[in-house]
Amino acid sequence: MQGGLQMDDTITLSHGSGGVQTNRLINEVFFKYFGNDILNQMNDAAQVDIDFKKLAFTTDSFVVNPIFFNGGNIGKLAVCGTVNDLAVSGAKPLYLTSAFIIEEGFPIKKLEEIVKSMADEANKSGVKIVAGDTKVVEKGSVDGIFINTSGIGRIYENVNINCSNAKAGDVVIINGTLGDHGMTIMCERNKLGLEGNLKSDCACLNSLVDSMLEAYAGIHVIRDATRGGVAAVLNEISEFSNVTIALEENSLPLTEEVKGASEMLGLDPLYIANEGKLCVFVPEAHAQKVLDVMRKHPLGSNATIIGKVTQESGQKVYLNTVVGGKRLVDMPSGIQLPRIC
Amino acid sequence: MKFVDEFRNNEYSRKLVEKLNNITSEKINIMEVCGTHTMAIFKYGIRDVLPPNINLISGPGCPVCVTPQSYIDTAITLSEKNDVIIATFGDMMKVPGKKGSLSKAKAEGIDVRIVYSPMDCLEMALENPSKKIVFLSVGFETTAPMTAITAIEAKKNNIKNLFFHTAHKIVPPAMEALVQDKDLNIDGFLLPGHVCAINGTKPYEFLSRDYNIPGVVTGFEPIDILQGLNTLVSLISKKEYRIENEYKRIVKTEGNPTALEYLNKTFDIVNSSWRGMGIIPKSGLEFNSEYEYFDALKYFNIDYEEYDGSPGCKCGEILKGKIKPTDCPLFKKLCTPENPVGSCMVSSEGTCAAYYRYHKVVK
Repeated sequence: MQGGLQMDDTITLSHGSGGVQTNRLINEVFFKYFGNDILNQMNDAAQVDIDFKKLAFTTDSFVVNPIFFNGGNIGKLAVCGTVNDLAVSGAKPLYLTSAFIIEEGFPIKKLEEIVKSMADEANKSGVKIVAGDTKVVEKGSVDGIFINTSGIGRIYENVNINCSNAKAGDVVIINGTLGDHGMTIMCERNKLGLEGNLKSDCACLNSLVDSMLEAYAGIHVIRDATRGGVAAVLNEISEFSNVTIALEENSLPLTEEVKGASEMLGLDPLYIANEGKLCVFVPEAHAQKVLDVMRKHPLGSNATIIGKVTQESGQKVYLNTVVGGKRLVDMPSGIQLPRIC
Repeated sequence: MKFVDEFRNNEYSRKLVEKLNNITSEKINIMEVCGTHTMAIFKYGIRDVLPPNINLISGPGCPVCVTPQSYIDTAITLSEKNDVIIATFGDMMKVPGKKGSLSKAKAEGIDVRIVYSPMDCLEMALENPSKKIVFLSVGFETTAPMTAITAIEAKKNNIKNLFFHTAHKIVPPAMEALVQDKDLNIDGFLLPGHVCAINGTKPYEFLSRDYNIPGVVTGFEPIDILQGLNTLVSLISKKEYRIENEYKRIVKTEGNPTALEYLNKTFDIVNSSWRGMGIIPKSGLEFNSEYEYFDALKYFNIDYEEYDGSPGCKCGEILKGKIKPTDCPLFKKLCTPENPVGSCMVSSEGTCAAYYRYHKVVK
């Protein structure tokens, strides 16, 4: 295309100036992949019809380094993160907005790759990206590219998912292995050169949540276990629901890669971030049918029960260890740093 | 996972617990010297399943914890020099000196990078020829050989912009200082498996020979620790004073001769100051004359003055096993992982950090 973007070009400040170059970038990258009936109207705000009473509304910013990693990139993460926040609130994700802050000099080819993977994830999860923004900042002001996504969803009727709903007798289910995303990022960022197939679990979980709610609409709590890992999420649920949660050390699912890297670095997978894992609290009597549908779903094939809400009073999370002892699983504090020896 | 899953077996570990409960009813004090043991013991809830007559005392084997405050302050001073990049193990980031921590200094603009091995600094030095890389080289016999080989490689490749702020320490002399302390009443030692992998079992024989104290080399998985405790408690109850190795898959009697050779080639053994324990003869490592070019303090002409201690902090007594963290008036009040007063609260191997994270009644 004459005068069009050359894909080996880089982003310059003029791409964020609101003029010709900005429009070209919008048309040739963003609209090319995100285009839909609402976005294409080019209004200052997306105008959408709604036919429901209760909506879920959330926002999240993504600054991951490295921008591309095994299992995804910052764009895929930005869509999955917001879709998952809506899904685990018991909502059907509908619309997203996406805002980019890009460092001058960022390759347009890479931007296109990021945008394409956002569009792919949005299509897969059935959401539309209906509004957006692009800013370009001087070299050194951001680390390559930062993305913010916000999203709204329709909360399903007869579903009441809330982190204060966990009850004594609930079992705690997780849909697969712990710490895959965080460990992948840590190893790639620090070029640890560990062999094996460490891969981020980054994925949109809304269709998994749909099948779980179809099996049993009375699920008490669902939370995605992102930053701070399963430990952080369970501590929050324990606090808001005023319950004690007991985990079984032997039941925690881990890939060999994460297990090995955790041993080497002295880190605890319970505290490592996930981007495609959720913790589900469901009354024991209904646990099996929820577990069955989860295991039939590609994102839940390793779903397993990792613990339960006990009858004990007080807000705490503990682990029954392999030797028959107990250990507190506290709220994480600070960042996880590898040990010396 | 090979060498991990086998040592976390439920059924076997419970058998070992049962056995341990039936050896003796006499009161026994056991010190685990190594911080990794302290953490593993808490992590697997081993204290919960021990018989009440067995008292575990946590020792000084955490490299971050025994490094004096002046070391961190000097690291910050070095970082403020032109063109210096500080390279460090992650554990050191949050340790408080009198001037604050590296983590805080980083937020204020100094260039600090976390590395996983000193060898990473060779690459960093080559990639940043106009910068001077200073590696904060702390740790026991476990990390010192890596510093040694990095310095050897730097010398061989004529790398002139890599330096080391060293505070390496060696463990057996500190243990001798502990057994000579009349206030401590240690009946046996769980010996540090990682350190023994380097220096073997012979450096610990003085314990049984000169002091009638047995020791058992153990690994870090729950079954390793329980097996080690079984052997140690049996030795103590039968008054059999010797050093046993229950970590034979890793530890050889003679240690690792290659690593020891690297240490001999680069370092001299010197007196060294341990936080809370004072100067312990022949317990530290310093670059010898052939490698002193790499010594950051000498290169940058720093007049290093050693000091330590925050008001009220009981780290010294805790490191010697004389009191437990819960006996320190600052514990969980003024001193928390978010706002640590002493390094024992921030290090991932620190006794105070272990007590803070895990020591709550969960029964």
